[in-house]
Amino acid sequence: MYSYIPHTSGDEEKMLDTIGVNSIDELFVDLKEGGCLLKDYLKINEGISEEEVIRKIKRLANMNEQGTSFLGAGVYDHIIPSAVLSLASLPGFVTSYTPYQAEISQGILQAFFEFQTMICNLTSLPVSNATLYDGGSAAAEAASLILSSKRACNEIIVSSTVSPFYLECIKTWITGTGNNLVLLPEKDGVSDFDCLESLITDKTAGVMVQTPNKYGFFEDLTGVSSIVHSFKGLFAISSDPLSLTIQKSQGQWGADIAIGDTQSLGIPMAFGGPTAGYMAVNSSLMRKIPGRIVGQTVDNQGKVAYVLTLQAREQHIKRERATSNICSNEALISIMNVIYTSQLGFKGMREAALQSRSKAQYLLEGLDKLSFVNIKKRDFFLEFPVEFDSKERMEKFLLALKKKGIFGGVRLYQLTKKKEDEATILVAVTEKRTKEEMDEYLEIVGGLEND
Amino acid sequence: MTNEKLLINKSVKGRNAYNFPPLDVKPAKALNEKLKRLDEAILPEVSELDLVRHFSKLSTMAFGVDFGFYPLGSCTMKYNPKVNERLTSFDGFTNIHPLQDEDTVQGCLKIYYEMIKDLCEISGMDWGTLQPCAGAHGEYTGLKIIRSYFMDKNEPQRNIILIPESAHGTNPASAHMNGFDIRIVKSNERGLVDLEDLKKNLKSDVAGIMLTNPNTLGLFEVDILKISKLVHQAGGLLYYDGANMNAIMGKARPRDMGFDVVHFNLHKTFSTPHGGGGPGSGPVLFVDKLKKFVPVPDVIFENGRYSLDWEKEDSLGKVSSFYGNFLVIVKAYAYILSMGCDGLKSASEHAVLNANYMRVKLMQKYKVAYDRICMHEFVLSLQDLKNSTGVSALDISKSLLDRGYHPPTMYFPMIVHEALMFEPTETESLQVMDECCNVILDLYEKAKANPEELKKAPFKTVIGRVDEVLAARNPVLKG
Amino acid sequence: MSKIIDGLLYTKDHEWLKIEGTEATVGISDYAQSSLGEIVYVELPVVDDEFSAKEEIANVESVKAASAIYSPVSGTVSEVNEDLSDNPELLNEDCYSNFIFKLKDIKKEEDLLDADAYREFLKTLD
Repeated sequence: MYSYIPHTSGDEEKMLDTIGVNSIDELFVDLKEGGCLLKDYLKINEGISEEEVIRKIKRLANMNEQGTSFLGAGVYDHIIPSAVLSLASLPGFVTSYTPYQAEISQGILQAFFEFQTMICNLTSLPVSNATLYDGGSAAAEAASLILSSKRACNEIIVSSTVSPFYLECIKTWITGTGNNLVLLPEKDGVSDFDCLESLITDKTAGVMVQTPNKYGFFEDLTGVSSIVHSFKGLFAISSDPLSLTIQKSQGQWGADIAIGDTQSLGIPMAFGGPTAGYMAVNSSLMRKIPGRIVGQTVDNQGKVAYVLTLQAREQHIKRERATSNICSNEALISIMNVIYTSQLGFKGMREAALQSRSKAQYLLEGLDKLSFVNIKKRDFFLEFPVEFDSKERMEKFLLALKKKGIFGGVRLYQLTKKKEDEATILVAVTEKRTKEEMDEYLEIVGGLEND
Repeated sequence: MTNEKLLINKSVKGRNAYNFPPLDVKPAKALNEKLKRLDEAILPEVSELDLVRHFSKLSTMAFGVDFGFYPLGSCTMKYNPKVNERLTSFDGFTNIHPLQDEDTVQGCLKIYYEMIKDLCEISGMDWGTLQPCAGAHGEYTGLKIIRSYFMDKNEPQRNIILIPESAHGTNPASAHMNGFDIRIVKSNERGLVDLEDLKKNLKSDVAGIMLTNPNTLGLFEVDILKISKLVHQAGGLLYYDGANMNAIMGKARPRDMGFDVVHFNLHKTFSTPHGGGGPGSGPVLFVDKLKKFVPVPDVIFENGRYSLDWEKEDSLGKVSSFYGNFLVIVKAYAYILSMGCDGLKSASEHAVLNANYMRVKLMQKYKVAYDRICMHEFVLSLQDLKNSTGVSALDISKSLLDRGYHPPTMYFPMIVHEALMFEPTETESLQVMDECCNVILDLYEKAKANPEELKKAPFKTVIGRVDEVLAARNPVLKG
Repeated sequence: MSKIIDGLLYTKDHEWLKIEGTEATVGISDYAQSSLGEIVYVELPVVDDEFSAKEEIANVESVKAASAIYSPVSGTVSEVNEDLSDNPELLNEDCYSNFIFKLKDIKKEEDLLDADAYREFLKTLD
């Protein structure tokens, strides 16, 4: 007997009788005829009780080590208010399907509408969808949107300072589509915009950059949108949404497309997933943006109502002419995002951003005193690169911290796979970190001076 | 009951729902003027109680599997076990960063590895990836594997994917995203792939065929071994859309049918919650000769240790920023553990039993598109009812809302007119199905007696039918 | 019964066109607009863009369907009907008075149908 299969033998008998067969086996006659029917059980465990499942999975969770995290590179250990986690587990949100039946789904549709509104207000662009899978796939979708919007263009310029994993997703998508990716070089840790005009050809559809970039540095995008728009190209900017509370938003920089990952808006790190990607665009791209969109309308009594709209863009209508195949997305994550941003409001989010930046600055100043590191000084959000005099020194540094339960930074090599990055780490500090934790960090690594 | 106001319209300036610990270091230097945000974004200012009431209320204006019967064809809306929510709240999972040293994430990596192995056993495949975040994402990845295979073999002219006319929209869209064109293969009068039409279409430009088995009509492709032989002989590969896997777990395996690449929907077959449209997970499994194209990083187990392998020369690259929807994978992994080989088989058997039961009951009045034993889902055609009363599949569906049921899938697959597709799943009982069938049969009589009323349904829901034309003509997409 | 106007040419994709010298005016037929239902959006081509015959040139969308318009002849876009941007429903109201786009420097195609041939073609679709 399985808890999730309610049939008693009495039920089964009645049902088989109604159907007019003698056994369940008879219902699988087509499998037999097709030569596909398995004779034996699958070679996996036999079913176990709930308690045994909990024991096994707990053991697996305990095989992982938790630590004080100074790790970033796209996933951050931010403070998550309790209400976000509690409200996100409400069964109306968790166990619902996609709200195609608007009449019984107004709550979910409204939550998505509020998410879209929040993204639009943060990015300063008028149209947002109700999530993509994550930042990397959002970057690929943005590249696809740019290329499909410009007839007779098949090139896209992407800055080398975009997150390496995002770049990989774009490259993967581009393979086999007949399009080309052109990399904009970097200089001193930011995009080298002096090179931009020389890379533009009559096949260029648009440009994509990221700020804060892969190193955590803010990029000065003054004048970039003018260059891109001068050849009628589309301009996309990828940004950590929390950073938009202090830096110019994508719309304010003149972008046509805004993308990023919403993990920093109330989502646990959870080994990288689930998270969500966001995309906002200007009105000229409204009929082309991928993903589900909720619109406000009225019902047959004139009452305000929400509904999935502009469905003609999507795969179930356009099929092979759809620019994206996306169907299920990260709906529940978007609900957590909108609860987070509603709970903190702009002021709360800005405070999280400023505290993160202040604490990161504190740690940077402490690390800067070490003789064996070199730290580039540029405007950054909450993450910065630390270069060591040798790879061995870097490993000693990280090991010393790890022994005390501190994850000191992400090895840049892990992201870029470039030899010149072998002795650099990215250190991220969020509002969750305390002065005590940072002082402990500095004390431990300070001890390495004498090595 | 009416709709809630937007939370932003409940704001009161200066109200506050959260406070942070005070800053314990000196504040950061101001940001360069050129980089500063120019305004304050408009976001709610409410108290925590306002927030909780607002979203709690919104969650009640929704219909979840927890509330009632959800026989949505093609979606497998089975019960989402509560234990899985508990397991994914462990901070041994939630507090883990994806770039931690491998020796600190052995639990996560073991789950990945074991899950791939389990899914390989269920599908018959040799290896897989858990990186795709949804079924469509899995299709995109699987087709990219096929694309990579033919590029590697230097057969770039193979740029056509065949799909049956009953296919789900994501199939052709996924093919197009990979630079393929599609050709449609017709169905025969039994609702299955027409072998003669297939043969005509198997030219040297074919990279492969995407199929689901059972198909979107809930019918098993009895000729599948013939189909796979024909496609392989023509030099193509077979892709299995696993959306309908709930019909055949432990009863048949895609590999044995001749498929080369498979994707599963963990949020369908493997009980993870739909969440209003995600997060899901779309693992892709494949045969040995396609292993080298696996997305990076791959998961390996060597000398008693699990690790991530980034050095895969022929990898297709990445489809997600990191490794996939880990917490969703944990839920599905726990489900497989809990059901086991016997439970999964029983689940499919009872899913098929339930669908046939509902089919036979509804056939008392309604016309079934294909009048024979179905698998886990079946399709009714309401064309006759529409012709005689004007009541459509949409009207019957909307009337079901008033009776407290989520309607079945409407107007899919497109090859059946006025289609309603039912998939009860194995977690529904005889009693629930009897009550629902009685209501649907009653609606048939109501359609004959008073069609005008059904055309205006629903009446008892928060709102009535919405003006979708207005929404699409003059979109209002933000508050 | 679908409305068909004599004197216009038609395609099997349900477009109508009026050819005057080297210029063509193009729209969608009554069959097309009624199959689509209430039209919510028309994606117009860009003036001065060149298209070959049978190339996708525009799009007409309703709530539940999206129909591509294929250029019936090759040519260069000389004018588009801007009214359709704000009032796509004009195509439902009168699909023959409301053109979608005009082409210049056209090359005529062989497989265009006259009104009678189009009428016959529609009969085969039922």
